[in-house]
Amino acid sequence: MSEKTQSVLSVRGAGKFFPGVKALQDVDFDLRSGEIHALLGENGAGKSTLIKVITGVHPRDAGTVLLDGQEIHPNHPGDAQALGISTVYQEVNLVPTLSVAENLMLERQTLKFGFISWKKTESDAKAALETLGLDIDVNRPLGSYSVAIQQLVAIARAVALDARVLILDEPTASLDAEEIRTLFRIMNELRAKGLGIVFVTHFLDQVYAITDRITVLRNGRLVGTFVTKELAQIDLINHMLGRELAEVSSHRHQDESNFTGKGRQIQIKNLGKKRVLEPVTLDLSGGEIVGLAGLLGSGRTELSELIFGAKKADSGLVFLDGEPVMLRSPRHAIRSGFGLCPEDRKQDGIVAELSVRENIMLALQGRRGWLRPIARAEQQKTADEMIKALGIATPDSEKPVGQLSGGNQQKVILARWLVSKPIFLILDEPTRGIDVGAHADIIKLIKELCDEGLALLVASSELEEIVAFADRVAVMRDRQKVSELTGAEITQDKIIEAIAR
Amino acid sequence: MKINERYYPLLATLAVLALLYGYGIVEHRAFSDTYVLGALLTDNAFLIITAVGMTFVILSGGIDLSVGSMIAFVGVLMAELVTGFGMHPLVAVVISIAVGTLFGAFMGVIIAKFDIQPFIITLAGMFFLRGMCFLINLDSVPIDHPFVADFSGFKIPLPGRGWISAAALLMLITVIGGVIIAHYTRFGRNVYAIGGDRQSAELLGIPVQGTIIRVYTLSGFFSALAGVVFAFYTASAYPLAAVGVELDAIAAVVIGGTLLTGGMGFVVGTFFGGIIMGVIQTLIAFDGSLNSWWTKIMIGALLFGFIVLQRLITRSFSGMRAGAG
Repeated sequence: MSEKTQSVLSVRGAGKFFPGVKALQDVDFDLRSGEIHALLGENGAGKSTLIKVITGVHPRDAGTVLLDGQEIHPNHPGDAQALGISTVYQEVNLVPTLSVAENLMLERQTLKFGFISWKKTESDAKAALETLGLDIDVNRPLGSYSVAIQQLVAIARAVALDARVLILDEPTASLDAEEIRTLFRIMNELRAKGLGIVFVTHFLDQVYAITDRITVLRNGRLVGTFVTKELAQIDLINHMLGRELAEVSSHRHQDESNFTGKGRQIQIKNLGKKRVLEPVTLDLSGGEIVGLAGLLGSGRTELSELIFGAKKADSGLVFLDGEPVMLRSPRHAIRSGFGLCPEDRKQDGIVAELSVRENIMLALQGRRGWLRPIARAEQQKTADEMIKALGIATPDSEKPVGQLSGGNQQKVILARWLVSKPIFLILDEPTRGIDVGAHADIIKLIKELCDEGLALLVASSELEEIVAFADRVAVMRDRQKVSELTGAEITQDKIIEAIAR
Repeated sequence: MKINERYYPLLATLAVLALLYGYGIVEHRAFSDTYVLGALLTDNAFLIITAVGMTFVILSGGIDLSVGSMIAFVGVLMAELVTGFGMHPLVAVVISIAVGTLFGAFMGVIIAKFDIQPFIITLAGMFFLRGMCFLINLDSVPIDHPFVADFSGFKIPLPGRGWISAAALLMLITVIGGVIIAHYTRFGRNVYAIGGDRQSAELLGIPVQGTIIRVYTLSGFFSALAGVVFAFYTASAYPLAAVGVELDAIAAVVIGGTLLTGGMGFVVGTFFGGIIMGVIQTLIAFDGSLNSWWTKIMIGALLFGFIVLQRLITRSFSGMRAGAG
């Protein structure tokens, strides 16, 4: 019972609904003072939504948030800060053009006769940094320091506000090992001072290195809260990926000789980028589906983007039938017959204002070059064919894509690549955020594509899905490829084992 | 000790000013006379007052295109109040400045509450005010009043032949006031924060909307004040006065070292920027052989130079965002 009284922050039955989406449903969360509590879950699990509900970015639609037993209703992050809940975000939310001192003291400058006393303000800023063991020139612009220092400044600001609760939202995403050690030292010191720290990350080794307890969310619901020491990593991954202990699904090609020799050969050799991805080597051939498994942040998306030229690799090459391919930009990749359906289709994939037909024609037009326009009649014919073939639910080909449902948007992107007749197609999370019916359609389509001699690389966090369609599975962890499974080895258990090492 | 990189643009501004003024003194003996200095301060007073307000707007990441029309509108309104209604000029000044400030606040509310591009709202304000001038008066009218004569008669002598006029004095007070607001009040620092990174400013708990409304209110106030100074300086009002002054003010701010994208800069830089534009004009007048349009050419060239300089300085900052993403 005494544990209950130590709770500094407790959330009961929190809910948040956006139009058509239950982002958070009936979530309980307890933070004790003097603990570091990991908040884990895949993309879309509701971590950010929970934080935003706690800090008042989003008003909650259900449930209560108690700070020291008192219910609170912050309306914006400033309110939450005043109450003692400070948040440090992944992308440093400070002002790069202002000095370090100003960033620390903004809205809290010492006033003398209504005017700012810079002397006092600067010495306060210095003192705040010294508590973290940081000795830098506080008068230089924040933007002239490394991201790690900026992150520490953000933490210093958060802590200087007499915070009771500190929320760190993926603070280590852009730090190197040395910088992470510094951050952990500071987190330990703050824990010793009695702060409650919520630590959001997707690096599981960091979770085991520093946290006391773990809360896992999945699909906006609470999976459970566990004591870190008592939870094996493999169980944690099971909780995060939500495998309901369903048994080994059968996969498509039992005999591996089936697809060799047919179609084009794609070799990825030592493709990597500093701080983003350790060099990866992977071979694919036409008619084959290779699954890319791994947790969020394991390097799945990064590998896709490097292959497609959306990010520039600093090492390695991609060969098509033994010839190196230019990967300076997506345009070059498209010309070589590569395609990418990105993870975030709202941001990177569809052009919401353009019609279904225009969206479908984009890649083909891009491949031909803008100087050789495609006749309208031909566009119409191709678009209508695709709408029929993929079963895109739209009244006609002129409807803006933004008005279609998620699953249909995904089909439009697929159609876009299909009309450009790619040799190699990368699908990043092709079934995220779409309804069950469209889900099945898209998996069926993936299989059909492959039978036509296309090479497919499909990144997904849904293991059942990968097991269902992949001929081979490359497993990613900590930004490197750690294992490759083929044939009968492809089971959910084996994949989880590889992820958990 | 290493000079803080925030001061680079200001130092560049000072260097340009020293260079131009030095050139003037070397080429023309009369240039070193305080008479030139006094004239510079007086002739550019209304521009610099406007530009001080514009500095806050640009620091916040916005723009205010209505200031030129505001100057003309305030002049016409004052002339009407003084000659038409027989008011004392001081009463007319108070009313005119109040109207101008309110109009600035009105634009600020629309920009902040409806989250609309300031460019388009202040463009609308520019047309609206210019049109209002013609509604009140179609022609140029003199503002005849003993007070106006006193205003232009006021002189603080400088060593040499020069003097500081009432307009110049008002301008200097405005600049000092601007410096204090920008650097010694929370409002001023919040303007810098919003211009530097609006989203972060919001998450840091800064009242973004309120600050933006106050920025445009301040710009309305300063441009109305500039309108008063301009009307007294010319002792007349004309609906087509001060056409394009908004662009001159923006140029003064940028030449003064303020980042056009906001977040970095100094009010005192704007003062020097305005003086630089005046010095160029004076140099060309002294030369006598050059067409006055050379002023524009020189200012254009300077603007190119300063914008490239700013880009070079901020490039080191933009790297950070990419790294964090």
